[in-house]
Amino acid sequence: MDSNVKMQAENVNFFYGTTQALKNINLNIFKNNVTALIGPSGCGKSTFIRLFNRMNELVPNTKLLGRIYLDCQDINSPCVDAVDIRRRIGMVFQKPNPFPKSIFDNVAYGLMVNGVKSRSFIEEKVIQSLKKAALWDEVKNRLRESALSLSGGQQQRLCIARCLAVETEVILFDEPCASLDPISTAKIEELILKLKKDYTIVIVTHNMQQAARISDYTGFFLLGELIEFGKTQELFTAPEDKRTEDYITGRFG
Amino acid sequence: MNKDFIQRIGFLLLFVCIITTLFFLGAIIYFIFVKGISIISWEFLTQSPHNAMTEGGIAPVILGTLYLTLGAMIFAVPLGLACAIYLCEYSPKSVVVNIIRVSINNLSGVPSVVFGLFGLAVFVNFFNFKVSILSGSLTLGILALPLIISASQEALIAVPHSIREASLSLGASRWQTIKRIVLPTALPGILTGIILSVGRVAGETAPILFTAAAFYKKGYPKSIFSEVMALPYHIYALMTEGTHPDKQKAIAYGCSLVLLFLVLFISGIAIYMRQRQRSYYG
Repeated sequence: MDSNVKMQAENVNFFYGTTQALKNINLNIFKNNVTALIGPSGCGKSTFIRLFNRMNELVPNTKLLGRIYLDCQDINSPCVDAVDIRRRIGMVFQKPNPFPKSIFDNVAYGLMVNGVKSRSFIEEKVIQSLKKAALWDEVKNRLRESALSLSGGQQQRLCIARCLAVETEVILFDEPCASLDPISTAKIEELILKLKKDYTIVIVTHNMQQAARISDYTGFFLLGELIEFGKTQELFTAPEDKRTEDYITGRFG
Repeated sequence: MNKDFIQRIGFLLLFVCIITTLFFLGAIIYFIFVKGISIISWEFLTQSPHNAMTEGGIAPVILGTLYLTLGAMIFAVPLGLACAIYLCEYSPKSVVVNIIRVSINNLSGVPSVVFGLFGLAVFVNFFNFKVSILSGSLTLGILALPLIISASQEALIAVPHSIREASLSLGASRWQTIKRIVLPTALPGILTGIILSVGRVAGETAPILFTAAAFYKKGYPKSIFSEVMALPYHIYALMTEGTHPDKQKAIAYGCSLVLLFLVLFISGIAIYMRQRQRSYYG
């Protein structure tokens, strides 16, 4: 495998009960790049991204065929612990979902559940993560306040800080800006571009402009199939498939 | 008739309903207060009854109710909470689990005297705990179990799925997620269930009739195997037996007032705890 490939999906098929949600997907996620997955609602892009950190196995009555690799290791092999995979692959959800705890405890949570005991290490890590998530200046005087007192955009950056604290390698964004206003969205986008230096990023988005602005690679999903995958610039300027062209020019979807 | 008029009538009716309810609540408290306050004194609260329960205080009776309620909670809260956690968080969704769930809900509809007979048969006779605080507490605990389980279940279900996912996605195990995220978030709701069951347990007569309560017992209970006097049964005894109905009636109202305030006081503590928790969890 190419050493620039961080994650790889190989012949992935996924079923909810008897309904096939994903059909034979092959895709590479490149290290220190932003990969955007676009497509209309219900096309399977969110289902697909949730396979990368094994979140779908929490949904009853589902079945996965095919393999998903993280650094050449099959993440679904019996000797791999789902908890370990989820620590290495962070996820930011569609709706900001901070814990009903203080701002500090939200960021410290991941460290604590992973067995970090040293108070000073946790403190240092929390500050560092909040700074990296571009939230530090706004919350440094109110770390003990409830995270629910933050605005939606701030909550979403807190959720990003929470991932960064556990030294995740990949960050999966599942429509992170769907419930945010344009200013908060711009801040998140700026942050994603900054984070790709140190992390590998996958983002599911409804917003094609967003995909075009921030991603290096783009995949277009339709009805559970990966129609086209390639460099963002190429996919948006010269799509190979007619359906991709129809979608990105707004003819349907 | 226009919409606005109908709406006014609707709101008026709702207002009348709430006033009626409040009237009865107020009337009960007022009635008990007026009839009972004259006998309340420091001695009444701190001394033992004497002269065939026509004089003296009710201190051992109050203590008996506190012991029984506390005992019931020590037994029912951990067990009920554990059941609720298992049913909500761990058990697979199946027919069997649904039957268990329905059975638990039905258990709360069983008349309390039936619990009393069960307690007599199982705790008093079979386990040979005799008529004692232990037998009474366990019987009351069983009565409180379904209340605590269903309230806790509702509180657990109300915890948003999104924060469970957030916890798991950070590499927490399911147990860590339950312990550190789900339970603290559900705590206000769970406390509400406990408050309700405390009120219910402290006031129950039938379950302790054969399992714990004594008509008269000299001095304070010595161990969990002692019989006790308890407020609800004491009221019953004073009103139905004895030789000085007038004197006894006054004491019975005094006991009612004390029981009322005891329950309000316990609820007050729990409500305060819940509010504090809620203000933090926003």
